[in-house]
Amino acid sequence: MPVNDVNVMAIARPREKSAETPGPDKTAPGGRGSETVVSLRGSVARVADPKNLDSSVEEVFQLMLGLTCRRTPEPPPQEPESVTAMVGFGGVLSGACVLRSGGTAALRITARMTGMEFTGIDDTVKDGMGEICNMLAGVWKGKAPELAAHCILSVPAVITGRDYNLHVQSPEFQLHHIYTFGEASFEVTIICDGLQ
Amino acid sequence: MREIRALIVDDSSVMRKIVERTLRQAGLASLVVHEAGSGSEALEVLEIEPVDLILSDINMPLMDGLEFLREIRARKLAAGVPVVMITTESSEEHVKQAIQAGAHGYIRKPFTAQQVKERVLPLLGAT
Repeated sequence: MPVNDVNVMAIARPREKSAETPGPDKTAPGGRGSETVVSLRGSVARVADPKNLDSSVEEVFQLMLGLTCRRTPEPPPQEPESVTAMVGFGGVLSGACVLRSGGTAALRITARMTGMEFTGIDDTVKDGMGEICNMLAGVWKGKAPELAAHCILSVPAVITGRDYNLHVQSPEFQLHHIYTFGEASFEVTIICDGLQ
Repeated sequence: MREIRALIVDDSSVMRKIVERTLRQAGLASLVVHEAGSGSEALEVLEIEPVDLILSDINMPLMDGLEFLREIRARKLAAGVPVVMITTESSEEHVKQAIQAGAHGYIRKPFTAQQVKERVLPLLGAT
């Protein structure tokens, strides 16, 4: 049984909005016009399409690692140690992109990124997994440009350990896909709390 | 091609290495690289090291890439040196902000060596 519980929404809070980030439309209650909200709802529905997550994973892994990933229904094998990277969404969209893998996949992913070999989950491996998660989050939200313009990303947070669970408080929607490359696999989860 | 002194600014050391490797693959074989993990570190480098090119992430802790850009303009550091933002934030609005802050180019992560070649080399007068 997991001994450590981590609340995703509590730790993946985005950084504060930059002064230059587009400000809210003050013409309507709540800071946004009703037409804008309807349009952004349409964008949320569009990025919630599972194919968008698949194509985001394909783009990041192909361009940065030269790896082709295949989606699988098989759960990843249990490994003694796992790595979880998270990037929070802030602004109009609240939620997080979570990349989780066992140690084997994390070492292989970082080895492909850096051209170096790793024997354990060190700071470079954590950094590499955080960056992959960052790119996944950026590419995924970029599937709806009007949403991307009003949604900022947090810097990545990375957790490593042996026994922990991630908990999410009833998101508006959640995508959870498992992918394999070679004999390694990883999970990508998009959690959306909805429009703010 | 002449030696190019590049400053790579990113809070991820892995990404700094990838950017360096990609610059070499893009044709900048004779490259001297200075690294910084934040905008404030990068300012310290610029106070003492002359550079020919700056590549910076936007989303960084302590001092982000846009604040860094504004600061180098305000302090009149690296005058005339091309600055290219390399970041996951790629909406039109973000590009506009970067250009307004003084960036000369913008590359979205993930990127290819070809994209880096097409967007960086012309800024160095080498196509």
